[in-house]
Amino acid sequence: MKPAPFVHHAPVSVEEAVSVLGEVGHDGKVLAGGQSLIPILNMRLASPGHLVDINRVTGLDSVEVTPEAVRVGALVRHAGLERSAEAYAALPLLRQALVNVAHPAIRNRGTTVGSIAHADAAGEMPAILALTDGVVEVAGPSGSREVAWSDFFLGALETSLAAEELAVAVRFGRFPAGTGTAFTEAARRHGDYAMAGVGVAVTVTDGVVSGALASFVSVTDVPSVLDLGPALDGAEPGSGEWDAALDTVAEAVRGHVEPEGDIHASADYRRMLVTELTRRALPRAADRAGADT
Amino acid sequence: MTTQLFGAPIRRKEDPRLVTGGGRYLDDLGHDALAAAFVRSPHAHARIVDVDASDAVDVEGVVGIYVHDDLPGRVGEPLPLLIPHPTLTHGRTGYALARDEVNHVGEPVVMVVATDRYVAEDACQRIRVSYEPLPVVVGIEAARDGDLLVHDDVPGNVAAHMLQEVGDVAAAMAAAPRTLTLELDIERSACTPMEGKGVYARWDHERGELRMYSSTQTSTGVRAAVAAKLDLPLAKVECIAPDVGGGFGVKIMHPWPEEVLVPWAARLLDRPVKWVEDRREHFIGSAHERGQLQTVTVGFDDEGRVLALDVKFWHDNGAYTPYGIIVPIITSTQLLGPYKPGAYRCEFWSLYTNTVLVTPYRGAGRPQGCFAMERTMDAIADELGLDRTEVRSRNFILPSEMPYDHGLLFQDGRPLKYDSGDFPASLAKLKDLVGWDDFADYRARAEAAGRKVGLGIGCYVEGTGVGPYEGGHIQIETSGRVNVATGLTSQGQGHETVFAQIVAEELGVRMEDVHVTTGDTRRMPYAVGTFASRAAVMSGSAIALAARNVRAKALRIAADALEVSPDDLEIVEGTVRVKGAPATSMSLGTVSVLSNPLRYAFDDAAKAATQFAGTFDPDKPPVADDEEPGLEGRDFYSPTQATFANGMHAAVVETDPVTAEIRILRYCVIHDCGTMINPMIVEGQVHGGVAQGVGGALYERMAYDESGQLLNASFMDFLMPYASEVPTIETDHLETPSPLNPLGIKGAGEAGCIPVSAVIASAIEDAEGFPITRMPISPNDLWELRRRHAAGEVPSLHRLSSTSSKEPTA
Repeated sequence: MKPAPFVHHAPVSVEEAVSVLGEVGHDGKVLAGGQSLIPILNMRLASPGHLVDINRVTGLDSVEVTPEAVRVGALVRHAGLERSAEAYAALPLLRQALVNVAHPAIRNRGTTVGSIAHADAAGEMPAILALTDGVVEVAGPSGSREVAWSDFFLGALETSLAAEELAVAVRFGRFPAGTGTAFTEAARRHGDYAMAGVGVAVTVTDGVVSGALASFVSVTDVPSVLDLGPALDGAEPGSGEWDAALDTVAEAVRGHVEPEGDIHASADYRRMLVTELTRRALPRAADRAGADT
Repeated sequence: MTTQLFGAPIRRKEDPRLVTGGGRYLDDLGHDALAAAFVRSPHAHARIVDVDASDAVDVEGVVGIYVHDDLPGRVGEPLPLLIPHPTLTHGRTGYALARDEVNHVGEPVVMVVATDRYVAEDACQRIRVSYEPLPVVVGIEAARDGDLLVHDDVPGNVAAHMLQEVGDVAAAMAAAPRTLTLELDIERSACTPMEGKGVYARWDHERGELRMYSSTQTSTGVRAAVAAKLDLPLAKVECIAPDVGGGFGVKIMHPWPEEVLVPWAARLLDRPVKWVEDRREHFIGSAHERGQLQTVTVGFDDEGRVLALDVKFWHDNGAYTPYGIIVPIITSTQLLGPYKPGAYRCEFWSLYTNTVLVTPYRGAGRPQGCFAMERTMDAIADELGLDRTEVRSRNFILPSEMPYDHGLLFQDGRPLKYDSGDFPASLAKLKDLVGWDDFADYRARAEAAGRKVGLGIGCYVEGTGVGPYEGGHIQIETSGRVNVATGLTSQGQGHETVFAQIVAEELGVRMEDVHVTTGDTRRMPYAVGTFASRAAVMSGSAIALAARNVRAKALRIAADALEVSPDDLEIVEGTVRVKGAPATSMSLGTVSVLSNPLRYAFDDAAKAATQFAGTFDPDKPPVADDEEPGLEGRDFYSPTQATFANGMHAAVVETDPVTAEIRILRYCVIHDCGTMINPMIVEGQVHGGVAQGVGGALYERMAYDESGQLLNASFMDFLMPYASEVPTIETDHLETPSPLNPLGIKGAGEAGCIPVSAVIASAIEDAEGFPITRMPISPNDLWELRRRHAAGEVPSLHRLSSTSSKEPTA
């Protein structure tokens, strides 16, 4: 379990990183936190000839909160974002999800942007980017561009990021006032990749639901957002109408997800599980929406 | 004695060193060594057609590339079959490097030696091995069918077929008022120590001597095996087990291919060579355990007394049988636990499959046996509508019946005879600890809140401390330092502490003056190894006997010097003194000086022992005729039979009514390992064992696909429980001393893991209301069982539960 030989590049600026990425092309991989990449290299499941280590690049390690979004630089560790009081105040969903990302030791090193660029269907943060209608900021040889989440994720472990491009930040969009969120997942062991997970956002206006969204972990190929508004809009959380609407939600979730089975859980089990997790998450989100208003 | 050390919960002497990074493990040694890496078979069953290393030889840093043809003499012969048995009629072992056929994924085919491990792995990647795939046998059912064969010359894949019967089972079964049959299934798991295997060898060309280090549970065994393989005199081979990061059984198996090849290469190249197993190699290149299918038929009366027990089981021994059939023999004998069936018959078949070989893993066949027996006890209780503890009580061997001879032969070839134990007392303590009789109320409250909970129980008896022997050597230096050596090895159990406690107590010295060495063939060449929960019983007893010898010698010498009778002396905190007149005394260090008359003085202490010091009687020889110089003593302990520890566990579990997730709410242990040397260490052993048991019950399995690929050969997918998955463990102890050894002790190392699968199955069954017959069980498995139960494919329990207040909802 030793990696094949590679050349280690240590650029100190975004420009230099992009320039190196342009030179090495498809034979290069970006190294940020390395929590997925290094095991892959050690098991020789991938043998890139070049590692472009961005850890010395300046200006990528900040979390910024604006009225519209929480902007997270490419070198912000999961743990840093998880503990950011400003980010939590602006978008509690981030911390709600991040505490489910593996274990503290991994969160101390792994980066949120890296996990989004890795685009693992079992990753929590790609789903959160989708649920928050987020954007990826990309630097390339011909300058910068912004990619909406829906254009970013192409497939499992596949994004629209070109070989010579670097994701320098992501922006998680903030929800309207009166929105409560919740994230829940079920893993075989604490901190493992989830068998299924779900993040939900419920907006309550004048005591009734005026918007509800869900996004899923491990049960869809690429992150996708399910609009639960048609099922829940107009319902008062906790009412009989709400309870009946949850059955409609369950139906919608079952139809939306496309889980695959593996040695840990079958597709049928995951479908049941994510449906139940969604049922359990929505009341919590609605409660928090009520608390906010 | 002023301070009681034996029996005290003393903190482990080794921990400050080990937890602050002071341990020296195999990979901490030999930084100048060449590195070995292996090309391993990617096929479960195939003929090797060709090995093409032409692209690898030019890799810079490669020193040697070896295939089977390169191995001379005994190095190229099959590895030894360590434990022959008359019923192991078709024992087979592999080669250090596969010769012309591979029988499991992970079998070593080519060894590369290079300047470092990176280069060695680069070269491995460039070696092309051509294989002709052969039909693959995976799983016990496929092996039992016998349509396809693992070894051409082993019909039906049967390595061994064994039958033991006590009494007339057929007659007793026919006469029994009631009978039940259970079909049970236990999957594979593995030891997975934190540190894998590792070997480091240095060849001394001038002296023709080999020094090797191995992360092993038996340095004496490895030494003898390697000397034989390399055709070296035993005196020219040393084997040292450095700090070892866990063993749990896999490292008692020896010699592993690497333990032969690395020393061979070191001698051939006349350079130090090291190999450190990585995690993937450990999963596919070491050993697994546990896999069995079982059929139990039991005949019993209306009171729940077992009149006849007829067990058949099929044991998956993997591709080879180098460790014999110890595991299924233990299953077949230890299955009986604390019970005395009227008649007992056990027949097993040990079967080859194209999977990693099977050797003992902590518990070593007992978890499977316990599962069979305890599932049977629960089934009887359900059939009769009796409390599950009541049925157990009615079948217990009573204290008045000890020693109790089952009439079977145990794994050591000696009678299965329990030395002591008080099962009714253990059960009473367990019921008290878990609140057995109050559980119905608890369940009623939980059910009212929409929760599903269940209570489970499991009892076991564990033969521990098997022979043949261990030794202890104690030497007291002139400084008063006490050096203790025993030959078996340590993998973190706390031997440095408990052996020091024994010596401190027996000799009357301070703990901090006692220094324990284990697993070094230079210090104690006669030893067997650490397995079968035997270290405390075997080495502990040997060390106690050695300490008594040293004490007697110290008293003789001191009595002579102080001109008193040895009977009037005592040793307290390292000082020999006259009882009742403590001012008349001398330190053990001084006694050591006196014990070793010297010609040369090299320090002040030595001066007193030289010829002109004027302390000696000129009419006596400096060393008496019946004495040896030095304050030291050695002794060996070799018992006629094993000691039998026992324990009873209970658990409360909760199952999610929708997602079928399983949570252990409480886990209670009553443990009886005789007299405890250090209760804190015993509890630590129990905790670790339960943690591994929880892994086997709820998380761990070896996910082989039908082509024999292990799909979960990493800690990402092989679900060893984290601390977050292991419940708080509540323990209480009973101490029923063993009459067999000087300290009254029994083994404790494996105990914790033995009944856990049985206990958790019992609790889930109690929560769910239908039988649990297959472990481990995942949420997905339980959810499927619920569906099948709802569809009428899985029957309900007769009484939904003997402790249930009402029927749980489906």
